Amino acid sequence: MNMRDMILPVVRDMPSSGIRKFFDLVNEVKDAISLSIGEPDFLTPWHIREAAIYSLEKGRTRYSPNAGLLELRKEVSCYVKRKYGLEYDPEKEIIITVGGSEAIDIALRSLVGPGDEVIIPEPSFVAYKPCTVFTGATPVTVELKVEHDFRLQPEQLLEAITDRTKVLILPYPNNPTGAVMFEEDLRKIADVLKDRDIVVISDEIYAELTYGKRHVSIANFPEMKEKTLVINGFSKAFSMTGWRLGYACGHPSLIEAMYKVHQYAIMCSPTTSQHAAIEALKNGDDHVDAMVREYNRRRRVMVDGFRRAGLDCFEPLGAFYVFPCIRTTGMSSEEFCERLLMEEKVAVVPGNAFGKCGEGFVRACYAASMENIIEAMKRIQNFTIKHSKELV
Amino acid sequence: MEEILEILEKNSRISDEEIALMLNMDADEVRSIREKLEKENIILAYNTIINWEKTKKETVTALIEVKVTPQRGQGFDKVAERIYKFPEVKSCYLMSGDFDLTVIVEGKSMKEVALFVAQKLAPLESVLSTSTHFVLKKYKAEGTIFEEKEQDDREAVIL
Ligand SMILES: Cc1ncc(COP(=O)(O)O)c(C=O)c1O
Repeated sequence: MNMRDMILPVVRDMPSSGIRKFFDLVNEVKDAISLSIGEPDFLTPWHIREAAIYSLEKGRTRYSPNAGLLELRKEVSCYVKRKYGLEYDPEKEIIITVGGSEAIDIALRSLVGPGDEVIIPEPSFVAYKPCTVFTGATPVTVELKVEHDFRLQPEQLLEAITDRTKVLILPYPNNPTGAVMFEEDLRKIADVLKDRDIVVISDEIYAELTYGKRHVSIANFPEMKEKTLVINGFSKAFSMTGWRLGYACGHPSLIEAMYKVHQYAIMCSPTTSQHAAIEALKNGDDHVDAMVREYNRRRRVMVDGFRRAGLDCFEPLGAFYVFPCIRTTGMSSEEFCERLLMEEKVAVVPGNAFGKCGEGFVRACYAASMENIIEAMKRIQNFTIKHSKELV
Repeated sequence: MEEILEILEKNSRISDEEIALMLNMDADEVRSIREKLEKENIILAYNTIINWEKTKKETVTALIEVKVTPQRGQGFDKVAERIYKFPEVKSCYLMSGDFDLTVIVEGKSMKEVALFVAQKLAPLESVLSTSTHFVLKKYKAEGTIFEEKEQDDREAVIL
């Protein structure tokens, strides 16, 4: 038997990453300053780790209820109310998942299949498209534009909608652009959707990381609440990436469907992580606030650094990414990243890793120490000065 | 203003220009706020935390619990001042509970510290008693952990 031939074609033909070559290169250059890691550099706050240790000492080592510990669902319910003004019943409208990642997957699996279309704004997180394709549904991409500050425009949405459209993925605050959608932007999207049978999967994993205005969810509009699945998690807000814990809040019928997929595929989310998460939601606010202040300082330093390097850089107001345009250098995104890595030992990610329309941009992440950011920005300035001389 | 203090508390060597960049302010504005904070004795000093154990210099630290009689009209402040003016004293706090002052003393050797207690501190008129505890190992001071820095063990690229 040739095992390769046994693999389902949609899986076999799915590239493991659009930028494999660049990945391999970054792994080779060991001493580079890395602005290519979409993960907090902070460790999980100690009080949260300590709560997990305590739960282990107490012997809380068994399966939890499939939907997650009720105490945690209750805390999630309080938290999303307190933070975002969203009300969900912990018994019927909240499910605890293995990261926001699992929530995205089981939501799509519960909603779409062959013949359905899923609208995915790009550039965006790399999982939406493959998860859609694996269900047999068709991804329909909408190209976000820097001149719109990478916000989804109602006209773009209208143009993408067909009678097969079943889901819109709304990825804000956005990875990789750092864009956010304000209330007035969401209002226009809500107006397009209010009389249509389209479910919004709102990936709000970076909701805590906004700079300036507080995060608003499309579920805040009463006519959108029923149609929206809010996905969030602990990875970014509480620096808990390795704990693999997230959650989804939405209509009881959708949560029930996701519950079934989750129950049979996963059984339940890690119990230790759930105990840690209860502590995070109860007592984590001060840490989160301090962390957001620090990210904001780094964000300003990085945006200023790219602008000094002569690159157009739109002001990102969320997540922990900066997404400058590198077209003035005359290089492609991958060429820019490879040469920056080899010549100046700074790693950033080619924008086209997040969709074709990311070409001409790079993603730099400021979840890195301030010293490293300051040093990296100096090197990037050297780099652009050197290459702008070549151009003329 | 509070955020300037937050930044400086973590890294006192950072320049006004860098702070300005982080906070979206003007460097001159940061400088004048910082100078005002210094004048008002809110910023007292820009110290460095050193792990002397890794150097050749020998140092010994002791924490001394001191009971004193407060002085009429001046409470504990005058007694404390008599004590904290000695350069050997690194920190001095008024405490609630069983004793009155915590005095942290640094010296080259245990003998030197012992002599300081016996000859300078204990004989003071208002000092009733002292109890000296020597520090064996420093794990953390001023919010800084002494062991080796954490390695960044994240994957090279995460999308
Ligand atoms: C936009 C977005 N959504 C979801 C995730 C997945 O996060 P989790 O760790 O909760 O699975 C990420 C992680 O990078 C992300 O950037």
